[in-house]
Amino acid sequence: MPFDVYLNVAVAGILTGLVYGLMALGLSVIFGVVRVVNFAHGEMMSIAMYLAVVLFSGFHLDPLIMLVPIAAVMFVFGYALQAGVINPFITRPEHSQFLLLVALAIIIVNVLLIIFGPDARTIQTSYAYDSFQIGRLIVDASKLYAGGAAILFAVLLFAFFRYTLVGKAVRACADNYTGALVVGLNVNRLYALTFGIGAACVGAAGVMMTLIVDVTPIIGPTYTLLAFVIVITGGLGSMLGALVGGILIGLTEAFAGLLFTPSAKSMFAFGILVLVLLFRPQGILGKRTA
Amino acid sequence: MTLPSMASARLPAEGASRRNLALLAALFGALVIAPWVVNDYLITVLILILYLAYTGQAWNIMMGFAGQLSLGHALYAGLGAYIAAVLFKQFGIAPWLGFLAALPVAAAAGAIIGFLAFRFGVAGVYFAILTIAFAEFARIGFDHLSVVNASAGLFLPVTQHGYNDLWNLRGGPTMFYYVILAATMLAFILCRGLLNSRIGYFWLAIREDEQAARAAGIDTFRYKMYAVMISAAVTSFAGVFYAFYYNNLFPEQVFSISRSIEMILGPIIGGVGTLFGPILGAFVLTGLAETLNSAMVAFGVDLPGAKQVLYGICLLLVVMALPSGIWPWLSRRLGLTDGSR
Repeated sequence: MPFDVYLNVAVAGILTGLVYGLMALGLSVIFGVVRVVNFAHGEMMSIAMYLAVVLFSGFHLDPLIMLVPIAAVMFVFGYALQAGVINPFITRPEHSQFLLLVALAIIIVNVLLIIFGPDARTIQTSYAYDSFQIGRLIVDASKLYAGGAAILFAVLLFAFFRYTLVGKAVRACADNYTGALVVGLNVNRLYALTFGIGAACVGAAGVMMTLIVDVTPIIGPTYTLLAFVIVITGGLGSMLGALVGGILIGLTEAFAGLLFTPSAKSMFAFGILVLVLLFRPQGILGKRTA
Repeated sequence: MTLPSMASARLPAEGASRRNLALLAALFGALVIAPWVVNDYLITVLILILYLAYTGQAWNIMMGFAGQLSLGHALYAGLGAYIAAVLFKQFGIAPWLGFLAALPVAAAAGAIIGFLAFRFGVAGVYFAILTIAFAEFARIGFDHLSVVNASAGLFLPVTQHGYNDLWNLRGGPTMFYYVILAATMLAFILCRGLLNSRIGYFWLAIREDEQAARAAGIDTFRYKMYAVMISAAVTSFAGVFYAFYYNNLFPEQVFSISRSIEMILGPIIGGVGTLFGPILGAFVLTGLAETLNSAMVAFGVDLPGAKQVLYGICLLLVVMALPSGIWPWLSRRLGLTDGSR
């Protein structure tokens, strides 16, 4: 195969991987701070995807314009979920948290099924078939916008955690729960805020995913698993790791689809996960903790 | 991971122990005579309940006793199902012999996962996700494996006998009912024996505090390996049963994460680490699902997903109200035990 093909596939893989990375970033932020594994992560993404579909088909609002409003709605959803339902579970054993989030996932999937039915929905933007040509490289416009928006969103998030007082407070909670309590931080509120931020990330990623894939009520579990793979590959709790993991998995899937068969692509992602867990359990950019 | 509510593994009082045995005898007695009393539909529901009680019991060995959270038990059931089915279909080998072939394979799969995880210090959430990864790996792998007919599915020949062929597991629901009932009883006895043995106490020690267990001289690696391998081996029979009861196998279904989740909801709802928990959980959850089904029909609600939403809400309420599961709470209420068993 000519070099061009590989290059094109690699660029497409990286752009999709950036969106994956943003989705995984949400999971990573939630786990890193609240210490709860969000087993309903993919399902939360599908809520955002349906919001984008409804706004587009009902009001002709472009997903890229609705990115921020939908992320805001998902923030409120995540905040309320943590404050109302998940918070009592933060000190409970993992299997108990797992059951809670699986129950939430079941509810989300089936509410979506009741409202939207089982058929796949898609968004046909005016630029769905546009592409940019740079030399011999052809880049799909939708993927370029999606990947660009993912980078922008991630940069804003990094800035928030690094430079704002609230962001620093959240990091303090993650570093030392007791210490955060001692200095008078309202940990429960910061946890809710973090879950909200995680939900906003996955919501924004979901909106961009509608440019790339169709949405059905049952896509949730697939993306939950994908987010796990990415986050563990990149390093749970490492924000940059989530993006790197996303790009790596995006590339892997793209090349597995090209060189083998598309239906086997997630096998390679899981293969990478197994290798990472065995040889670098903390993930590519994760820090080793006891 | 610690399970504070179960920290005490006190022996139940003499009277409570006797009441416990009486309850057990009554339950299994009722189940033995059930086929003469209830209709065919209820028999199929009971088969499903016992199947989930059995797999829940098997999963509980790993999580409830040794504290290792597996979210990929569909792998072991799937291996059992495929090995027994292929041996039967290709070579006419009876499922019981097929099970003897599947058992070491499932145990070996468990051993590989356990070895990789425990040697490399993969624990907690990471371990749970590693188990998912292997199950998913198997799912996609079998989906492309032509020996087992890949994603097109493997079908066992259905022969219309007038009689039940127990040796080849060909027959009617009543036969399958007694097979899974016997398996569930044996699994219960096995788990009870394990829990009261040296190995069981080592597991509990590891579950409560692994470092302390190691400090006390327990070879934690070895006993965690035993837990994974025994749990996997016991689970593999469920797969054999599944294959011959349903007669069709699709990797997409057999190895699916929802199969793994199904297996572990019962013991978590019933009470992780308890012997009655998996059985009670299976009854409660399957009973709930069937009740919701009938209620939907009775009220004329024909809305796909509505049942599952209510099911999810019930799960949510139970896990919020009873964090250690139903059995520890119920047995305290009934004065049966301290709820630790």
